[in-house]
Amino acid sequence: MVRLRLEPRSAPSQPWLLGAPLLALLITILIAVLLFLALGISPVQALGVFFVDPVSTAQGWSELLVRATPLILIALGLSICYRSSVWSIGAEGQYIVGAICAGGVAMHASEQSSRLFVLIVLLAGTLGGMAWASLVAFLRDRYHASEILVSLMLVYVAELLLGYLLYGPWKDPAGYNFPQTITFLDPALLPRMLSGYRIHYGVFAALVLVVLSYLFIFRTLAGFRLQVVGLAPAAARYAGFFVRRSLWTAMLISGALAGLAGALELAGPLAQLTPQVPAGYGYAAIIVAFVGRLHPFGVVASALLMSLFYIGGELAQARLGLPKSFSSVFQGLLLFTLMACDILTNYQIRLVRAAPRLVRSTITPEVAKSGELVQ
Amino acid sequence: MDQLASLIAATLNAGTVLALASLGLLINERAGVLNLGAEGIMLVAAIVGFATAVHLDSSWLALGAGATIGALLAAAFGLLVIFLHANQYAAGLTLSLFGAGVSAFIGVKYTGERLGVSSQVGIPGLRDLPFFGPALFNQHALVYVTMALTAVLAHLLVRSRAGLVLRALGESPESAHALGYPVQRLRLLAVMLGGALCGVSGAYLSTVYTPLWVEGMVAGKGFIALALTTFGTWRPIRVLFGAYLFGGVTMAQFFLQGAGVQITSQWLAMLPYLITIFVLVLISRKPGFIRVNMPASLGKPFVPGG
Repeated sequence: MVRLRLEPRSAPSQPWLLGAPLLALLITILIAVLLFLALGISPVQALGVFFVDPVSTAQGWSELLVRATPLILIALGLSICYRSSVWSIGAEGQYIVGAICAGGVAMHASEQSSRLFVLIVLLAGTLGGMAWASLVAFLRDRYHASEILVSLMLVYVAELLLGYLLYGPWKDPAGYNFPQTITFLDPALLPRMLSGYRIHYGVFAALVLVVLSYLFIFRTLAGFRLQVVGLAPAAARYAGFFVRRSLWTAMLISGALAGLAGALELAGPLAQLTPQVPAGYGYAAIIVAFVGRLHPFGVVASALLMSLFYIGGELAQARLGLPKSFSSVFQGLLLFTLMACDILTNYQIRLVRAAPRLVRSTITPEVAKSGELVQ
Repeated sequence: MDQLASLIAATLNAGTVLALASLGLLINERAGVLNLGAEGIMLVAAIVGFATAVHLDSSWLALGAGATIGALLAAAFGLLVIFLHANQYAAGLTLSLFGAGVSAFIGVKYTGERLGVSSQVGIPGLRDLPFFGPALFNQHALVYVTMALTAVLAHLLVRSRAGLVLRALGESPESAHALGYPVQRLRLLAVMLGGALCGVSGAYLSTVYTPLWVEGMVAGKGFIALALTTFGTWRPIRVLFGAYLFGGVTMAQFFLQGAGVQITSQWLAMLPYLITIFVLVLISRKPGFIRVNMPASLGKPFVPGG
């Protein structure tokens, strides 16, 4: 009898750290092909719509980067959280509150405001996201309430808060009763990089923050402490690293990044608060963070991929008549297969011969003493 | 008086949705597995149940379909975390995200579809009583089944061999292993059983409770159910009453609005979420209290011989 056995590796396999996401992508695409065939859609055409069409035009590239920007920012923060075993899943809420705070400031811009007004808008969003995340950190730190559940409950609260503002005090009086704020004036908005394209300077902000997070995680003591707390809490306590401090650091950084993402989205493509602000980036970024291996550079790659799924999904809606949610099926499937493929990263698969079966009656005290087993 | 009767009735109904999922999660957690994917399971089961009800016109088949798909999804999750040792948090979240996508994808065709009016419900004889009839005895049979299930589960958990083994899986899988129990396979079984209950809960939500399919209709109930297992300190009866309490709070907002209380609807709709947070804080503030009650190996993978 030959069977498979999993042997834990002493350290994660470096080749498979990169290989597993690629393998997962391949398997996801294979499953998608089967799904396309089942739906009677030509897989070649469908894959073209998802992977080629979005990047074959300049407009497509612009959209790709616009979508990737919030994903990168939020996923950077979540990577830091997950590295320190802080399981926040409520980035969507911090993103919404970031957008709300940014919107609250942006409304007060006038034609005479300085071009730098937008910086205050972004700052407000960042602080808003931080404040929302600090609620989670506080309740976890002071009362040991699960950050998973608290952060998620606060997403729903944030959504309802946005709803209250849009249907109530912040509704545009000239907006035909639509639940939306006024369109913000130029000083409160990010300048476009190219006219006719939605791409904005937030992309650069995201890239700068990618490098900063890399430096923070791998080149600073605080970043190192955070990881030790995540990997070996007992060792961290022994070394005098503060679990509490890393909880606060991780939550505040991720809240700030999610809030900034919301503010950038508002000052960039949206230009007003609408019920469409909660676009699910906060949830998709969880997938981005894991697929990107909780590494800042990996996050960039996986955010671009995820963004491709979004745009491909929208094109597929128009051209193939697939529902828009197809892209989230894709995204979820990718993470699912990655989880399974990761076994290759953490385990060695060995073919082993099954051990000879022990027959109880053959083990006499003498045999046991001699150390030989009768087969 | 009529108001109060219908508030109680609505509370029982809403509480049943939470109770079913929460009892399922309780079985999981007693076996040592934390399933953050309940939300996803409930969503997929809601649409699968709804589709079954639309095509086959039977709410019992719908609940069965929900249970089946729930058990299957939970099995996928279980394979990942029990046999492949994937991180339980990450795998559960994956299931929740995946479920949200899949249910929205399947659900497009069913949005706006209505189910036929369900037949007479309730307990004959008792449902015609004044006050108590409409308040307590005029519900879908599943409401009573859930109550019975809670009692049975509470009994089995402490008074039967199966319950003892289940608790051993969560408290000390090493001991269960040493006694010759196949820990991993039994944990998978517990996870599937829990998934089936979450599935029934999702299907009940879309076919009896609402009855409508709306994208994302579970709206965090899977996670509230998770909070309830902690709130009920992993004991079935307490979990059931916790679920009714939450159901009551959710329903009270509609009755307040109906009574003409001038509060913006969004503030009232926040209540269940805020109360979940409040309750979590209340119950978690003494770490020792939780540690005594929580299954000792909750969330820890078990590797035989490892």
